[in-house]
Amino acid sequence: MSQLIWLIPLIPFIGFVINGLTRNVVPKSVTAIVGCGVVLASFILSVMGYLEVSAAREAGLPSTLTLHLFDWFSVGRMQVGLSLLLDPLSALMLLIITGIGLLIHLYSCSYMAHDAGFGKFFAYLNLFIFFMTILVLGSNYLVMFIGWEGVGLCSYLLIGFWFKNVSYANAAKKAFIMNRIGDLGFLIAMFFILENFGTLEYAEVFSKASTLPVGNITLLTITLLLFIAATGKSAQIPLFTWLPDAMAGPTPVSALIHAATMVTAGIYLVVRSNVLFLLAPFTMEIMAVVGLVTALVGAFIALTQHDIKKVLAYSTVSQLGYMFLGLGVGAFTGAFFHVLTHAFFKALLFLGAGSVIHAMHNEQDMRKMGGLRKALPITFTTMLIGTIAISGIPPFAGFFSKDEILAHTFQHQPLFWAVGFLTALCTAFYMFRLLFLTFFGKFRGTDEQQRHLHESPWQMTLPLIVLAILSALGGWINLPAALGGHHNLETFLAPIFELGKPHSVALSLSHSTEYMLMAVSSLGAIVMLILAYVRYVKSGRIPKPENEATGLLHRLSFHKLYVDELYDLLFVKPFKKLSRFLFTYIDKMGIDGFVNGVGEFFVGSGKGIRQLQSGHVGFYIMMMVIGVIAILIYGIVRI
Amino acid sequence: MDSMITQIQGVPLNHYIIFCSLIFAIGVTGVLIRRNVIIIMMSIELMLNSVNLLLAAFSAYRGDASGQVFVFFIMALAAAEVAVGLAIIIMVYRNTKSVDIESLSKLRW
Repeated sequence: MSQLIWLIPLIPFIGFVINGLTRNVVPKSVTAIVGCGVVLASFILSVMGYLEVSAAREAGLPSTLTLHLFDWFSVGRMQVGLSLLLDPLSALMLLIITGIGLLIHLYSCSYMAHDAGFGKFFAYLNLFIFFMTILVLGSNYLVMFIGWEGVGLCSYLLIGFWFKNVSYANAAKKAFIMNRIGDLGFLIAMFFILENFGTLEYAEVFSKASTLPVGNITLLTITLLLFIAATGKSAQIPLFTWLPDAMAGPTPVSALIHAATMVTAGIYLVVRSNVLFLLAPFTMEIMAVVGLVTALVGAFIALTQHDIKKVLAYSTVSQLGYMFLGLGVGAFTGAFFHVLTHAFFKALLFLGAGSVIHAMHNEQDMRKMGGLRKALPITFTTMLIGTIAISGIPPFAGFFSKDEILAHTFQHQPLFWAVGFLTALCTAFYMFRLLFLTFFGKFRGTDEQQRHLHESPWQMTLPLIVLAILSALGGWINLPAALGGHHNLETFLAPIFELGKPHSVALSLSHSTEYMLMAVSSLGAIVMLILAYVRYVKSGRIPKPENEATGLLHRLSFHKLYVDELYDLLFVKPFKKLSRFLFTYIDKMGIDGFVNGVGEFFVGSGKGIRQLQSGHVGFYIMMMVIGVIAILIYGIVRI
Repeated sequence: MDSMITQIQGVPLNHYIIFCSLIFAIGVTGVLIRRNVIIIMMSIELMLNSVNLLLAAFSAYRGDASGQVFVFFIMALAAAEVAVGLAIIIMVYRNTKSVDIESLSKLRW
């Protein structure tokens, strides 16, 4: 099996080619079967890969397998091979990507059934799976970078899927450009790595780096640049505003790319490079702060949004902030654990939102929903599970992963923990606000919508159910010792952290402290649940129209802290002015002037010289006489 | 013959030069400002004649007959040229119904 992992990316790529070429030829059912089939094949292979790695771990054998496919190129002393790496980390990531990817493909079969771009959509999704698997399977930074850029491309294509809508197309451009800023960091980091270690292969880079002293300036630079790359892909401050706009894409895309897989690439990058980061404590500290602030800001903005997908988008930003907080305080396993559980429940929530939107005929405004509980029982139940999971109420998945991060944070710096706790409170509140506004109370839409309310078909509800089960039980895979578990995930991932171990900090809180933290956070979440219930169900409040937002905090939250406006003022407008200046003065007047001037000069001189060949004898004679006179004068003057 | 030379020499050479220059200038001016081809050819004759006269004058003053020989050559040449030129002008006139030199710009092709 292990020699076949190259098939995992290849099969979706073949699906992409088939679907892309036959998108207008074959019926939708064929497209759907090919689209889902290739992902299913990849998923089966991924499961086999995982089982093999898992068996090797149990047997105490080396669990890292590198498959060298071919030498890509060698320039000077740089040799880059296209090689794949299957180890515990990439095996788990593959399971998430292909597993959740499969569910979302299935979901899309129904969700996109009436879309004219059905074939195109599946082609893009397959291409995304191809690039995402390349990203996690690459055994060096350059192969990872191929996937990194590729998923960015797919994200761009899918956000702008309905590109005829100008604002959607703009959202796609925004995502692409913001990601490019981060990618520049990745590129420069690669140059630094190559310069200092002479190779891009993970294994060599990490073993060479582990001999360097802590706080080394080279590692500091590399890790900071890698972190910039991660902020772009994972929507952290200051590059987070693209993610909410990315909701312009179809909902399955939001679930797959912008919640479960691509945005976690930044976390994957950091976890993968944990040796480098552990040797650069300064970067870790920055990462923790940035993650914390992002988590808080995202949660704060999510509190007042009324677009159901926007709430989830800001929630994603916030949860990704949590993951970076976890990475920053050294809880690599915790952060990755949260990637895992977040993939389950956020994909679930997005797909649930998609199911609601589907039932409501593309209505995304929660103020016009309400009372959907009876019409959409499966969607409601699964979303309830997802909401409980993300709010961190035990014993659902989100509780364990969030708690692990919070426990590490508490050990690192209690103040950080307090902010993280505040964020968790916000999370619970806005998630239950979403749930209550959507599913409880009276129906607030049109009669037309009410008549057509319906539960989604099985292709959509089945993924919801599977994800709900995972969201409910996913937390048990890494049960903390305080609750009688064995940190299975941590044990499984141990080889990844082997080299960095001397510098990492183990969790050394006493069990009673851990119990207390757990109790506080789950109690807080429950209090928030009750608060949201009282506010939105008991007193039946509905968010007011945007212009009636009252109070400074409310306005700030509703207007997303004016970050977009700030960026507009700071970057977009000056650059537009600069571009206009360059266009009118440098380009049109300077360069065009010069180029056209050259042309005009020759045209003009041609016009003049043409007179000499006019054919008018009188003119010729005149010229002759003038010439004779000139010669005479010349002769006289010479004499 | 001698008396003729004596007569020619009775007029100072300066006068011949000035006179010939004037005639030549009139010819040149005629060529430049007139548009009728026939008049232009006449102006050319004027220029040629002024030169002939000058040649004759110099030849007489210096007692060298080659000037006279040149005059004969020029006259023969002018006669031939006029014959050819008139033929061309007739052909032009047949084609364009005009002897206006401004209308004759076919030579540029």
